[in-house]
Amino acid sequence: MAEKVGVYVCHCGSNIAGKVDVEEVAKWAGERLKDVTVSRDYKFMCSSLGQKLIEDDIRNEGLTRVVVAACSPHLHEKTFRRACSNAGLNSYLLDMTNIREHCSWVHRDVAAATVKAKSLVSAAVERVKFQEPLEPTFVDVNPATLVVGGGIAGLQATLELADAGYHVYLVERSPSIGGHMAQFDKTFPTLDCSACILTPKMSEAGQHENVTLLTYSEIESVKGSVGNFQVKVRRKARRVDYDLCTGCGICVEKCPRKVVDTEFEAGLGTRKAIYTPFPQAVPRVPVIDADSCIWFQRQKCRACEKLCPTNAIRFDQEDDTLDLNVGNIILATGWKPFDCRNIPQYGYGRLANVYTSLEFERLCNAAGPTNGKIVMRDGKTEPKSVAIIHCVGSRDVNHNEYCSAICCMASLKFGHLVLEKTKADVYSFYIDMRTNQKGYEEFYQRLLEEGMHFVRGKVSEITDAARQPDEQGKLIIQCEDTLVGRQRRIPVDMVVLMGALEPQADAKELGLKCGISCSMQGFFTERHPKLDPVATMTDGVFVAGACQGAKDIPASVAQGAAAAARVQGMITKGKVMIEPVVAKIHEEACSGCRICNTMCPYNAIEFDADKNVSRILTALCKGCGTCVSACPAQVITGAHFNNQQIFAEIEGVLWDTADKQNALVSAT
Amino acid sequence: MTETNFEPKIVGFLCNWCSYRAADLAGSARIAHAPNVRIIRVMCSGRVDPTFVLKALSLGADGVMIAGCHPGECHYVEQNYKAMRRYHLLKHTLLAMGVEPDRVRLVWASAAEGQQLAEAVDSLVADVKKLGPLGWSQNWEENGERLQALEHIINEHAEAMEVHS
Repeated sequence: MAEKVGVYVCHCGSNIAGKVDVEEVAKWAGERLKDVTVSRDYKFMCSSLGQKLIEDDIRNEGLTRVVVAACSPHLHEKTFRRACSNAGLNSYLLDMTNIREHCSWVHRDVAAATVKAKSLVSAAVERVKFQEPLEPTFVDVNPATLVVGGGIAGLQATLELADAGYHVYLVERSPSIGGHMAQFDKTFPTLDCSACILTPKMSEAGQHENVTLLTYSEIESVKGSVGNFQVKVRRKARRVDYDLCTGCGICVEKCPRKVVDTEFEAGLGTRKAIYTPFPQAVPRVPVIDADSCIWFQRQKCRACEKLCPTNAIRFDQEDDTLDLNVGNIILATGWKPFDCRNIPQYGYGRLANVYTSLEFERLCNAAGPTNGKIVMRDGKTEPKSVAIIHCVGSRDVNHNEYCSAICCMASLKFGHLVLEKTKADVYSFYIDMRTNQKGYEEFYQRLLEEGMHFVRGKVSEITDAARQPDEQGKLIIQCEDTLVGRQRRIPVDMVVLMGALEPQADAKELGLKCGISCSMQGFFTERHPKLDPVATMTDGVFVAGACQGAKDIPASVAQGAAAAARVQGMITKGKVMIEPVVAKIHEEACSGCRICNTMCPYNAIEFDADKNVSRILTALCKGCGTCVSACPAQVITGAHFNNQQIFAEIEGVLWDTADKQNALVSAT
Repeated sequence: MTETNFEPKIVGFLCNWCSYRAADLAGSARIAHAPNVRIIRVMCSGRVDPTFVLKALSLGADGVMIAGCHPGECHYVEQNYKAMRRYHLLKHTLLAMGVEPDRVRLVWASAAEGQQLAEAVDSLVADVKKLGPLGWSQNWEENGERLQALEHIINEHAEAMEVHS
């Protein structure tokens, strides 16, 4: 029996109709394509009226197949599948073809776009006739969640989920949770003390009955899929017994070995070989850094071991791996600072009193290496003038084209702190001032009133080569003041470079483990930049905070909470749908050549030696179809993408060569 | 038909996860490109059977684009590498069949690379324009062997393995 196909061509307002003659496409499909019973065009197919059109036609006209020519199936395939099943048609008997993103939005010529739209509709009509009814399967969602990254975004997500009663594994790479926010002194625009608002959250996560804290740990591998991920976590050797240690700190105090702390203190301060990164660290269990520990280097000392009251030191401890089963994963791996050495004309690393923003945070911090005194590298002289350079490595075609989002506000914060703590003049060298969140513009006004100087222009060079007597012994900022329209040289004592926020160096690697991709810059790609900012292309994997793009604390917190809400939704629903797009081997025709066996990255194909045939383990198959195209006997079928369907689609898409009419050649 | 107004017809096999979404992104960002590539969605570039390409060419396509995720970024771990291997073998086969191998191109585009995909489309269209129409099927028609030739291509795969169904 011939199928009855319904074709629905969407105008999408003028989005499609502006470049494609949709009425013509619908009319043509109705008249020229075989088995098309109904062919309509409609203003908005995705509207409830548009969907009703399909439902009514299925009921009244007895349609057995439906083709919707509209936007990308990634946007509305679900919508139309639902419409089909509402009217009693199996939802896999629908095919959606994309005449908006792939056609009307990218082509200028109406005639050519219309011919292409016809091709795509024709392909869908030919294909849909071979589609088969399929039933999705459902699997239970494991209510436990993995959060990667213990910065503010990850903490927020963790606490939201834990408070809702769900178990969370919080994996953090460094010895303590807290992230970059723990390094800061004040937070803009309210100037709350960063530690005062962060540490309660840290200790709450540390003590929460629903949180398993895995600090000093990294993700080794991720297997499985939404609802049931199997994660291997490598716990790096702390060399301190986690259960016995009380965090008294005697070992740290007595350790004779001091090294420069390049991580938490950004190279300005020191730490011991056995250390917790900062006093409020969670957990309080220290770690031994084998690269600087005297015992590991020279087999001497063991002072910590001798003095530990609970005998918690374990010099022989090694890395171990932990297997976790979770239903969902939230990645909140944050950012790393731009290496300011990459802009040599700014002199960082060469000119002593050029600082990075993180160094300056530590300098301002009351718990930092100078106890909050803003002094120059000599450790005692207070600067008489400070220059803050914006957009170092961001908004720069040579480094990162994006805006790092936080630097304008952080610069204003620094300006305020310098004015508050010293008598210095503060200059801000900016390209554009970006203060577009709640309370930010007011903070800018406040700094203008406090007397911070603003120079609009990109700094070309920072040098210590004096030309004038008043420049002697100073750092000279050479820049064009674009408001005045001339070059200026401003001598200062101290320079702060507001380096860009960059994605973590290994973000891509982690993304690959979890099956998500990164943007060109290296930030994780969200499912939709506006409407789905925390979900990713891989179901069950979410992103939050600066790993998705440079953002400030309020935005990171909001994303952390949003990701947690999405995960809670999955847990409450309890089940996830697994697409029935899997491969199947027809055993009676299988020759047992085993070519397909090696094709599968999921080991989803097993070989039955007795029967000399291969067999697909449906639960493991992800439906890529590589085995289907590899089978020399063509006895593997890939559901919903089988050979018949694709061959039909190829024939359909080339309609104007087969019948030689309305060819693109004559249309242009 | 003169060279100047020849508009090639190209079939594009795009993987669901990266390249199809790159084409979606090119759309959302309104990156204009040539209308000659008609897209067929497959789950993975590894699904692209070389016979799909031959089928398209035999039905009158002047070129074929196969697009997948970047090496190492495949949604299915490593299946794009399998697409790559087949692609290189296919190029040899095309040469043997008298088809310029440049008519078929494998392209990598991540979901974030709308611009790159649009450029790849334009460059393939420009190159196929230079090659001119393929007219593979018409040529057979002139020989009076079109049907046999078509049949042969589709069955070649099976015959090579001595499987009869």
